[in-house]
Amino acid sequence: MKKYWSFFVVRMKSGLQYRAAAWAGIATQFAWGGMSLLLYRAFYESNSQALPMDYEVLSSYIWLQQALLALFMAWYFDGDILDAVSSGSVAYELCRPMDLYSMWFIKNMAVRVSRVLLRCAPILTVAVFLSEPYGLLAPVSLLAGFAFGVSLVLGFLVLVSFSMLIYVATFYTVTPNGIRILAISAVEFLAGGIIPIPFFPEWLQPIINTLPFASMQNAPLLIYIGYRSGIEVLYTLLLQAVWLSLLVLIGRLLMRRALRKVVVQGG
Amino acid sequence: MIEMRNISKSFRVAKRDAGMKQAVRSLFRREYSTVQALNNISFTVGDGEMVGYIGPNGAGKSSTIKVMSGILTPDSGECLIHGRTPWKSRVEHVREIGVVFGQRSQLWWDVPVDDSFELLKDIYKVPEGIYRKNREELIELLDLSEIIRTPARQLSLGQRMRCEIAAALLHSPKILFLDEPTIGLDAVSKIAVRSFIRRMNRERGTTVILTTHDMQDIEYLTERILLIGKGQILLDGSINELKRRGSAVKTLTLEYRGQRLRESPGVTIHRDEDGHAGMAVDTAVISVSELIAGITAKADVQDFSVQSESMEEMVVSLYKEFEI
Repeated sequence: MKKYWSFFVVRMKSGLQYRAAAWAGIATQFAWGGMSLLLYRAFYESNSQALPMDYEVLSSYIWLQQALLALFMAWYFDGDILDAVSSGSVAYELCRPMDLYSMWFIKNMAVRVSRVLLRCAPILTVAVFLSEPYGLLAPVSLLAGFAFGVSLVLGFLVLVSFSMLIYVATFYTVTPNGIRILAISAVEFLAGGIIPIPFFPEWLQPIINTLPFASMQNAPLLIYIGYRSGIEVLYTLLLQAVWLSLLVLIGRLLMRRALRKVVVQGG
Repeated sequence: MIEMRNISKSFRVAKRDAGMKQAVRSLFRREYSTVQALNNISFTVGDGEMVGYIGPNGAGKSSTIKVMSGILTPDSGECLIHGRTPWKSRVEHVREIGVVFGQRSQLWWDVPVDDSFELLKDIYKVPEGIYRKNREELIELLDLSEIIRTPARQLSLGQRMRCEIAAALLHSPKILFLDEPTIGLDAVSKIAVRSFIRRMNRERGTTVILTTHDMQDIEYLTERILLIGKGQILLDGSINELKRRGSAVKTLTLEYRGQRLRESPGVTIHRDEDGHAGMAVDTAVISVSELIAGITAKADVQDFSVQSESMEEMVVSLYKEFEI
């Protein structure tokens, strides 16, 4: 286990080196969060009855989403891993007494965690102090806060295990771009990254909610703002766990199959 | 002990002719051709041996290394290294080997080299004491103390290669695979790397398999050569054997005073002006010492030098001989 931890630490260290990028990211996320709030303000002013969420609840959703962006952004892929396959340096990774799937999984987690560590604190701090209804509210209850924590970890792992499928696909397709773009759009949209899932048409929601994408950022955010309660919380967590195990299983199978006929590129 | 028996591996390569029309056509119908990268390769390498693996580009050198390091699964054949099949028990196997691919890097790009070393220590579960000892030794022998705190991306090629080699040896592997370890290095770094490899082989008894295009590497390092071409082993023998196979013609350059030289059986004079002469001597007909003795009897020889065919030329003639 220690080797995976050290691996995580090294990846974190290299992630933490890019401070300018972190500041730029923080600025972008403030701007983005602010713009979303203004946009929804316009909707709410025209007709607040037709919308499924109170405005201050939505504000919390948006700020949390911005603060945790690095954990859940589907469009981010670790260049190291993509290059490793297309340039063939995966050869070295296969020379390590480690399981490649776990190694990549850890790498992926580490990059995202290092980014979120650098960025979330300033955003959360400012968001907490913003005046109502624009600021970030505390979780609806202590229990909800705790469930949010668990769901956050699960949701993060679900996202990573999903992006692992795309990394593994690079073994099959030489350039991963096509699959990547398809996957990014699907995930961002269906995970509630663009608009929260409760804003989707009523009839569509049950379907989206059972898809793996809703088990990513949507689950912890809805628990935090109290949109899921009681038994629903348990059901959400369970569904997350199920998707996580399924995605890891599929990823591992595909990887094993790919490695059996791997062709290392470039001599 | 490394045993390779009848290893074959082929790749399927998509092919098309150049041009727009062909490119569009290949969208619908792709043509594949099979490249036989390895064709019935068999050889055995004993513990503590140092073997040079040579052959032209695309001969199958790297593929063989990849099979032996467990990355590539061959289509058929058997390979046993310390009693294990690399691609079947990859994780156990790679614990005992060190690999350097000269054209790739195993160091983490953004962090100081020492951090990469620490990580490798944890990955291979090297006990602290052994790690300290190995690290000290490698730093000293490869002269790394100045660069070990620099991120890998800021190192020159020569510095990086020295670190790469150190990184491959931190876990005291029993076998070291070096795939073009001196590629692109300057003379000083090359010599440093070479003498280090030799030392590891002698002192630690590390088995070394080395691919290279640099014949000086081979001459300096290895006793035994495997020549591969078109996926087949063409020659397995010592350097001397290789030299014997090479042509017996040597070049003799002379500076002398006295009567002009005359050609004799086995001697071809290229030039002879103002006391400077150059000639080709077929040592199968007349030995160099005989010839010089003959000349000094008639003329006053002031200076001479004898050159045999260089390793490079020898390898080229071998490639020609085997039509690869």
